[in-house]
Amino acid sequence: MSAFKNPFDPNLRLHRRGCACGRHHSQAEHDAEVRGEEAVIGRLVEATVVRAMFPKDETRRNFIRAVGAGTALAAISHFFPLSAAKALAAEGGGPIEKKDLKIGFIPITCATPIIMAEPMGFYAKQGLNVTLVKTAGWAVVRDKVINKEYDASHMLSPMPIAMSLGLGSRPVAIDVAAIENINGQAITLHLKHKDKLSPSSWKGMKFGIPFDYSIHNLLLRYFLAEHGLDPDKDVELRVLPPPDMVANLRAGNIDGFLGPEPFNQRAVFEGVGFIHTLSKEIWDGHPCCAFGVAEGFAKTYPNTFGALFRAIALATHYASNKANRSTIIQAIAPANYLNQPVPVLEQVMSGRFADGLGNVKNVPDRVDFDPFPWQSMAVWILTQLKRWGYVKGDLDYRQIAENVFLATDARKRMMELGLNPPKENYRKHTIMGKEFDPAKPEEYLRSFTLRRA
Amino acid sequence: MRSLAFRSGLLSLVILTAFLLVWHIATEADHKTSARVTDEYATLMGGSAQTSDIPGPMAVGRTLLSKLSSPFYDNGPNDKGIGIQLAYSLARVISGFVLAAIVAIPLGFVIGMSPVMQGALNPFVQVMKPISPLAWMPLALYTLKDSSLSAIFVIFICSIWPMLLNTAHGVASVKKEWLNVARTLEVKPLRTAWGVILPAAAPTIVTGMRISMGIAWLVIVAAEMLIGGTGIGYFVWNEWNNLSIVNVIVAIFLIGVVGLCLDIVFGALLKLVSYTE
Repeated sequence: MSAFKNPFDPNLRLHRRGCACGRHHSQAEHDAEVRGEEAVIGRLVEATVVRAMFPKDETRRNFIRAVGAGTALAAISHFFPLSAAKALAAEGGGPIEKKDLKIGFIPITCATPIIMAEPMGFYAKQGLNVTLVKTAGWAVVRDKVINKEYDASHMLSPMPIAMSLGLGSRPVAIDVAAIENINGQAITLHLKHKDKLSPSSWKGMKFGIPFDYSIHNLLLRYFLAEHGLDPDKDVELRVLPPPDMVANLRAGNIDGFLGPEPFNQRAVFEGVGFIHTLSKEIWDGHPCCAFGVAEGFAKTYPNTFGALFRAIALATHYASNKANRSTIIQAIAPANYLNQPVPVLEQVMSGRFADGLGNVKNVPDRVDFDPFPWQSMAVWILTQLKRWGYVKGDLDYRQIAENVFLATDARKRMMELGLNPPKENYRKHTIMGKEFDPAKPEEYLRSFTLRRA
Repeated sequence: MRSLAFRSGLLSLVILTAFLLVWHIATEADHKTSARVTDEYATLMGGSAQTSDIPGPMAVGRTLLSKLSSPFYDNGPNDKGIGIQLAYSLARVISGFVLAAIVAIPLGFVIGMSPVMQGALNPFVQVMKPISPLAWMPLALYTLKDSSLSAIFVIFICSIWPMLLNTAHGVASVKKEWLNVARTLEVKPLRTAWGVILPAAAPTIVTGMRISMGIAWLVIVAAEMLIGGTGIGYFVWNEWNNLSIVNVIVAIFLIGVVGLCLDIVFGALLKLVSYTE
C-alpha cells in the first residue's frame, strides 16, 4: 500500500515495519487508512499527482528534502487543482443520486461486511443513509429484490446466476457488485454420528441445505460425490433455514447439514453436533455470499452504486484483517443485526473453536472476506448447476459469468480505493485436489462420472 | 351463582399452580453436566447444558418482566420493543380487517337479500373460503410487489369469509313478519335495510366479525414470520433465529393475551347489539 504513504515526507522509511495488519508502515498510518476514508482518498490523489511529476523515488525525495513538504505542496497546488481532485475522488465523480437505500440481509456471518458497514459508519462516510432490513429467508430476499423493495441485497453467490437464468423465479437480471465472504461454512453432523467420520458411511442420511441455489448445496453435492455417494439417490437433501437446521439436528430429523456460520458453531455450542469438515477444506477460498443489485441500478444511479461499492469493498477489506475481528463482533452481535451470543461469533471469526468432539481447533482463515467477484467462480457455479440438472442445454459460460459477476467494474473501483484487486477475471481453482480450468468448463463437467448432464 | 364463579376461579388457580410447578420441576431436573474436558474447551462450549434446555417458568417470568419494563425502545429497524412490535401487528390486522368489513358486510347484505345473487356468488365463496390464507402470500408478493401490503392483503382475504357468510345468513334469516310489516307501512327499501334488517341481523354480523378477528390474529403471526421486518411474528422469527426459546415463549404468551383482549372487545360489542324478542 505504498500509495498511502505520504509522498511529502522525506524521512519516511521505505521498509515495512509493524502495524496491526502488517501492511502499513506504522500503526498511525494503519489507523488513517481504516478510519479517515477521506484522508486516504486525499492521500491517494496527492500521491498520484506527486508521483506522476517525479516518477523516481530518489528525485522526489531530494526535491522535497530541499524545499520542504509545505512549499512543495503549495507549488504543486499552484498549477494542479489538488483540492478539487481530492473532492472529486472522494465523491466518486459526482453527487449521489439516491441517498436513502434499503438493503436486505440474512442474519449469518457471511453478511458481516454489509452489516458492520452500518454501525461502524462505512455507509455514512460515503454519504449514504442505509436502512438494513433483516430478512426471513432467501426466497423472500429474491422476491423483495425482484419487487425493488430492496435497492441492494445480501445474496447467496449462485442466486444472481439462477435469477438471471430464470431458475425458480421469472428471469430478472442481477449484477453481483462484490463477493462478501469466502470460506466460512461447514458440514456439521449430529453427535450420534461421531463414529461415522468417513463420508462413505453416510448412505441414507438426511442433510439440511439453506437453499437450492446456494454454494452450500453445490459444495455438499460435490463433497458427497467425491466420496462416491450420489447426492440425489444415496442421501436426502432438505432445504431448511439455518436455525431450523440446528433444531432439526437436535430432534434427530436430519443427520447433518452444510450451513452458514454461526450455525455450525451454534450446533456445537448447544451440545447437539460436531463440526466434521470446514468448507475451507473442500475449496479454500470459495465464494459464499454476494452483494447484488437488480440490473439497471448501477446505470440509473451510477454515483450511488459507486458509493455503495466503496462502502462494501472497504468494509470487506476491513473485515479481512483479523486484528479488527473483535471490534466487528461487538458491532454485529446485537439483536438488531445477527442476534447471536458473542462467544459463538468469537469462535467463528477467530478460527479458534471447539469442534464438538472435545478438541480445540485453530484455523485462522476459517472465515475470510474478499470482495473481488472472480468470473471463474461464476463459471464453476454454472458447471455444477448443469452437473446436477438445474440448468439444461448449452450454456455460454463466459457470457453469463461476465454479465452477472461485474469483475471489471469491481477492479476499477477497488483500484480507485487503493485496494489491490487481481489483474485478471479468471483463474484456476482447486477443489478437493482437483483443478478447475475456467477456460474448459465442458471438459471439466465431462470429467465427472457422477452427473445428470 | 357467586359460589360457582368462586369455585371455578379457585380451580383455575389450582390448575395454573400445578402446571407451573410441573414445568419448574421438569426443567430443573434436566440440567445435566457435560463430560469433563479441557478448561478452554469448556469455556468455548459456554456451558451448553443451560442454554439448550427448555427454560423454566422463572426464566420466562424474568424475561417477560424485562420485555414489559421497556416495551417501546427502538434500536433501529431490526430491534424494537415488544410493545412496538405488537402495535405493528395490530395495525396490520386492523387495516386488513377494516378493508374486509367494508367489502364483506355490504356484499353479505346483497347475498342475503337476493336469492339470485346468493346462487350466483355461492360457488365462488365456497371455492375461496377453504384456501389457507398463507397460500395467498406468494401471489400477493408477486402482484402487489410490497411485503407490508401483502401481509395486509392476507389478513383481508382471511377475514372476509366469516363476515360475508355470517352477514348473508343473518340478513337472510330476518323474520318475514318484520319485513312484511315494513312493506305494509311502505317503508323505502334503503330504510328497511338500515332500520329493520341491520338491527335484526347485527348479532350474527358481529359474531362473524369476532370469528374473523380471531382468524386474522392467528394468521398475522405466521405471515410476519414469512415476510420479516416488523411485528410480533417477526419477533418470534428473530428469536427463533437466535434459538432463544425463552423469548419465543414470552412472545407466545403475549400473543395469547392480545388475542384474548381482542375477543373481549368483540364480546362487549356483541352484548351491545344483541336483543331479546
